[in-house]
Amino acid sequence: MFGKLTPDAFIHGPVETGAQLIVVVGALVVIGLLFYTKSWGWLYRNWLTSVDHKKIGVMYLVLSFVMLMRGAMDALMMRAQQVVAVGDSAGYLSPDHYSQIFTAHGVIMIFFVAMPFMFGLINLIVPLQIGSRDVAYPFLNSMSLWLTVAGAMLMNLSLVAGEFAAVGWLAYPPLSELQFSPGVGVDYYIWALQIAGVGTLLSGINFLVTIIKMRAPGMWLMRMPIFVWTVLGSMLLVIFAFPILTATLGLLSLDRIFGMHFFTTDLGGSAMMYVNLIWAWGHPEVYILILPAFGIFSEIVPVFSQKKLFGYTSMVVATLLIVILSFVVWVHHFFTMGAGANVNAFFGIMTMVIAIPTGVKVFNWLFTMFRGRIVFATPMLWFMGFLTTFILGGMTGVLMAIPGADFQLHNSLFLVAHFHNMIIGGVLFGFFAGFVYWFPKIFGFTLNERLGKWAFWNWIVGFLLAFIPLYALGLMGMTRRLSQVDPIFQPLLIVAAVGACVIALGMFFQILQLIVSVLQRKKNIAGPDPWPGPAGGGRTLEWATSSPPPHYNFASIPRVHGRDAFWVLKEANGPVKEGKTWPERRSSALEAAHERTHIEMPKYTPVGFIVAGCAFLSGFGIVWHIWWLALLGLVAIAIILIARSFESEIEYTIAV
Amino acid sequence: MTTHPSTSSGHVQEDKVVFGFWVYLMSDCVLFAGLFATYAVLQNATFGGPSIAELVSVPFVLTETMILLTSSFTVGLALLAAHRHSGTTTLRVGYGAGKKYLVLTLLAVTLLLGLAFLGMELKEFSHLLAEGNGPSRSAFLSSFFTLIGTHGLHVFFGSLWMLILMAHIVIKGLNPGTVRKLTMVSLFWHFLDIIWIFIFTIVYLMGALAL
Repeated sequence: MFGKLTPDAFIHGPVETGAQLIVVVGALVVIGLLFYTKSWGWLYRNWLTSVDHKKIGVMYLVLSFVMLMRGAMDALMMRAQQVVAVGDSAGYLSPDHYSQIFTAHGVIMIFFVAMPFMFGLINLIVPLQIGSRDVAYPFLNSMSLWLTVAGAMLMNLSLVAGEFAAVGWLAYPPLSELQFSPGVGVDYYIWALQIAGVGTLLSGINFLVTIIKMRAPGMWLMRMPIFVWTVLGSMLLVIFAFPILTATLGLLSLDRIFGMHFFTTDLGGSAMMYVNLIWAWGHPEVYILILPAFGIFSEIVPVFSQKKLFGYTSMVVATLLIVILSFVVWVHHFFTMGAGANVNAFFGIMTMVIAIPTGVKVFNWLFTMFRGRIVFATPMLWFMGFLTTFILGGMTGVLMAIPGADFQLHNSLFLVAHFHNMIIGGVLFGFFAGFVYWFPKIFGFTLNERLGKWAFWNWIVGFLLAFIPLYALGLMGMTRRLSQVDPIFQPLLIVAAVGACVIALGMFFQILQLIVSVLQRKKNIAGPDPWPGPAGGGRTLEWATSSPPPHYNFASIPRVHGRDAFWVLKEANGPVKEGKTWPERRSSALEAAHERTHIEMPKYTPVGFIVAGCAFLSGFGIVWHIWWLALLGLVAIAIILIARSFESEIEYTIAV
Repeated sequence: MTTHPSTSSGHVQEDKVVFGFWVYLMSDCVLFAGLFATYAVLQNATFGGPSIAELVSVPFVLTETMILLTSSFTVGLALLAAHRHSGTTTLRVGYGAGKKYLVLTLLAVTLLLGLAFLGMELKEFSHLLAEGNGPSRSAFLSSFFTLIGTHGLHVFFGSLWMLILMAHIVIKGLNPGTVRKLTMVSLFWHFLDIIWIFIFTIVYLMGALAL
């Protein structure tokens, strides 16, 4: 009846029980609060059933922040373990639990923090920037969100029932095969990622079509904001890379469930094929994350330098080059596999080549700032932090692209420092910058600048303290994923742990910033175009509508007459005088757009949420070999989607 | 400038949905590319089990191929029939009742051919399983079953979709909505046909010739 699920699955050691309690109590508190404030109806009507891209974006951000807390807890636990588990001391975590933690940390940070953060910002901003009322497929968008949430929840459930994978974030076989990982951990890993992966793929298609088909009249490709360009590149990568992940994890699950031999050590399986396949997805994945961050900076730097972006065309070309090159570098993740000198040399050179378009972008940002009137607001601080750390990370990356050097550095903490340099200093700082930059647009009030600056300085100092020592430790020969370390490494590990605490302080200030800003929201109401500049700093169309935008975004679809579409509209109204208020300009700015017609908007629907719920049950069933549940979930999904296909009234009309 | 919102938005909608479906097909193509690559790598990893040359029966597979190709032809005819009507090329006017039954008949024929193909594939699989050459026999057989099984699963879902489409057409008749669905089903069906041609060539023909 319940497959492999027995009461034993809920009984853990003391540390795991703590985590179990946090999840259970957390869930109960949320449910209790919803009952206490009688908010179920509100939650259902306004959020769970929403197909509005702005609400979906906000929910992605909430998911990302919740999971960031868990991922950060994991990081602090690892840092603490490596400080105390020195020499003969075993520390407070068992080796198996430690392995689960570093696996969970990687999986969470990439799939359930960075990806939802990215899709959150894309959802919030892309339709606004291209002057559209919604995405191409609003219902699919809601389903993507809830599938991602279902994946994340399945992963969190592993804290309560059973265990998580203890195999590293990419689950290399043969370790992840049934022979060596007989528990349910790897199955949780596979199905959490499969469910979330379907959501990601659907989002990729959705936004590609949105950008290609839904731009406002006059917005040619070469007039699109750079953020939209980078999202286009990123979505292309999603569409071409995520099916590889789906296939690879599918093959691994066939090995585990049906006893096949794709990656096993016996009967002809090839573990190295898995490593090739997973990185054929994994390397593009890095660029899926970093490209939108590049796009965000390309929006922020011109606004806060009060100059138009330097080298628009080269920015576009660089983005597309990165998209292409990202598919021909994957072997650099395993030069030590032994593919031979020529293969390694090819992939090493390709890896170095990718630094060229990236360098183009860096110089474009620098030239945009050159002779600009720079305003050091928080988004700009995140940009400066990004620039320094990202260049450092980029250079260590080029260093490791040399196969000979990589043989020394492979699997060492040098590598760990490098990719955190890229993912934190690059991706996360970019998303934080975008979050602060677009927050007033979405919520209608600005974030507290002072606390934002405190958060930034704690983050950057903490980041350098936490990761620069890892470069040194890597060169000293310390490998990654150690639950017990040699005493000579301890001093630098203590520095790194202090750094992690400083980062935690930065996160504390971010939370405080949110709370304080919400409390002071009446005082800090943002106009439609709140960033500094003689006529408001905004250059792109999201600033042309109110903050927060109405759910149909634009009462009339704007017409685009050039790059920086909103700036062009402002300039068309003659020199903008300081002190001139928004409402006076508003009518003229949007005058060019005069499609006063009925607005057709999609109706809210719970189907996406229900489908994801069924996917969650189905995933849980497969993990525990509860086959009736797995089948029931799949059949329910099929029936619901078929029933939905017969619904005809999926839109309603707003009279204007 | 005046616009014609109601007609143009219908047009845009159609355009958008079919374009998105093309994009989905491309991503599915990548999934199959992964499985083909896996097959290519593991093709010779028979580990004492049978090799592809020992398993192929070219006449049997040729029959399967012909059935699937014919079904692609009939679904094409169905789409053609839905699009064709007296004197105009627009999709919006003039769906006669006679045409509706022609389309339904052609879809039914396609569905039957699809099911025949699936039946033959299941027969091949059960034959292999009965001989002890299941997917867990060797890495080669794992990749063989997975590649062909994934295609078969697609054909199964395509058939299910076709059945639902027929229900749509019976209930609502031919209108821009159902014709759009028909367009997508036929795209999907042709796509599966193309994938099968690759399977037929790379797995069966090259296997039989032991290339």
